Amino acid sequence: MKTRIEEFLELWGSDLWEATLQTFQMVGIALGISVLIGLPLGILLVLTRPEKALANKYVYQILNAIINIIRSVPFIILLFFILPFTKLIVGTSIGVKGVIVPLVVYTAPYIARLMETALLEVDRGVLEAYEAMGIKTRHIIWHVLVRESRSSIILGLTIATIGLIGASAMAGLVGGGGLGDLAYRYGHLRYEVDVMYITVILLIILVQGLQSLGNSLASRLKKD
Amino acid sequence: MIELVGISKTFTAKQGSIHALKNVSISVKKGEIYGVIGYSGAGKSTLIRSVNLLEKPDSGSVIVNNVDLTKLSNGKLREARGQIGMIFQGFNLLKTATVYENIALPLKLTGLGKQEVEARVTKYLNIVGLEEKHHAYPSELSGGQKQRVAIARALAHEPEILLSDEATSALDPDTTEAILELLLKINKELGITILLITHEMNVIQRICDRVAVMEDGEVIEEGTTREIFTSPQHHTTKRFVNSLFSHKIPDEILATLNETGQVVTLSFFGESSGEPALALVSKKFDVYPNILSGSITRLKEENFGQLLIHLKGDTAEIESALNFLEQQQVHVEGLRVSENKNRRIS
Repeated sequence: MKTRIEEFLELWGSDLWEATLQTFQMVGIALGISVLIGLPLGILLVLTRPEKALANKYVYQILNAIINIIRSVPFIILLFFILPFTKLIVGTSIGVKGVIVPLVVYTAPYIARLMETALLEVDRGVLEAYEAMGIKTRHIIWHVLVRESRSSIILGLTIATIGLIGASAMAGLVGGGGLGDLAYRYGHLRYEVDVMYITVILLIILVQGLQSLGNSLASRLKKD
Repeated sequence: MIELVGISKTFTAKQGSIHALKNVSISVKKGEIYGVIGYSGAGKSTLIRSVNLLEKPDSGSVIVNNVDLTKLSNGKLREARGQIGMIFQGFNLLKTATVYENIALPLKLTGLGKQEVEARVTKYLNIVGLEEKHHAYPSELSGGQKQRVAIARALAHEPEILLSDEATSALDPDTTEAILELLLKINKELGITILLITHEMNVIQRICDRVAVMEDGEVIEEGTTREIFTSPQHHTTKRFVNSLFSHKIPDEILATLNETGQVVTLSFFGESSGEPALALVSKKFDVYPNILSGSITRLKEENFGQLLIHLKGDTAEIESALNFLEQQQVHVEGLRVSENKNRRIS
């Protein structure tokens, strides 16, 4: 006798699996690129602040404004708004490829902000001590600034990743696929409530897991 | 060794500008421990931070080892900074690194080889007496231990100069004593010149050879520790000295005492305790000394004592008694009601 669960899995298992993989794929790639852009931007924000090592009013203000502008636009609007840009960068505006660009544009400034907050927590005195020892600025950035805030950076990235999962759920609208798309297309448009529930549960598990992972990693890296 | 020539620094804040340093010059000789004392806001912190150009003075020159640091390129300045170690009130260690890594990382970053790094960390952890704390994180250490790590970190670069920015101000008296002991040892055994700033007179008393007193962005008095302790000239200097030896007596008592003689402070160094000279005075002259208060302490490695005495007798007799005391290497200062502060008699 088949249980209901087995029945459900037989029917939807492969779709769910594929959607989960798509979500991981979108989030993973977008997160990677966003960190590569966001972390340096966060560092730049911190360094160009008034009275910091590379204090530069113009760079700081312009960067600040750009980040605020992008962060003001809801993802669903951004997604369509930057379609031409997406097409220019990756040659297509649909599918996983087409959705990575808006996800990065959405997440990188967010990460820059989160990194800025994390880096600002580093005690100025330690930076000064290294400056006094004649250490090069780029070494200070990496070995002191980033190292000392690594616990906050991990927590920030956890928040950004969870935000990214949410955004990726909307990506179905441009054919990106993923769990959100599955829930929307089958659960909402075709009234397959079970699918909706299961995807939501999967998303909850995913987010919970990520947050716990982030928390435990952060506290392991924190030594004070 | 360190030559600050006419340096000025002004900070502009919203409330207006603050002249942190006004044309300050000091000169620190090789091998000595030079202390700068002042209340907070006196500009001493800006002063010490301009020695390694953490704070760039608006004008004046900073000459270390005959090189004007203000004229160096960034790269050359970094090299020069390698020769100047610095320790801080807040220790400024990496929280995420062990004791070992805290000392090793800056060495690695300055391009030292792995073996040399290891050898130096071990050597200097030994010197500061923390070899068994290798793998501890700063959060597991006491304040005194953290400062020892910071000192080891500074020494590991084998500098000629050590700058100490209120290094003992966050520590309790016992720990302060131990850290001062360590600084003294570093100065003697490694021959490192030390420039320190502090607001605690006991730091000056314990280890400094020479002192500058700062107030309001200026050096108001400078001299050997001995001079500063025996005959402070400026009001602020006297307050600092009195913070250690308080021989204050109420004005009314002073007035009564001055009617029958004179109240003076005697300062003496080394083995002479002052007491035999005083006994001699009462034998040789027609005066009756009466000890009102007294204390003995150490100025660096020398005994330093102070006696507040009342000399009863005739003015002329007192005068010759005081002259005799001065011949006995006792430093004499008078106390008058009107001023209630020290005034040199001779």
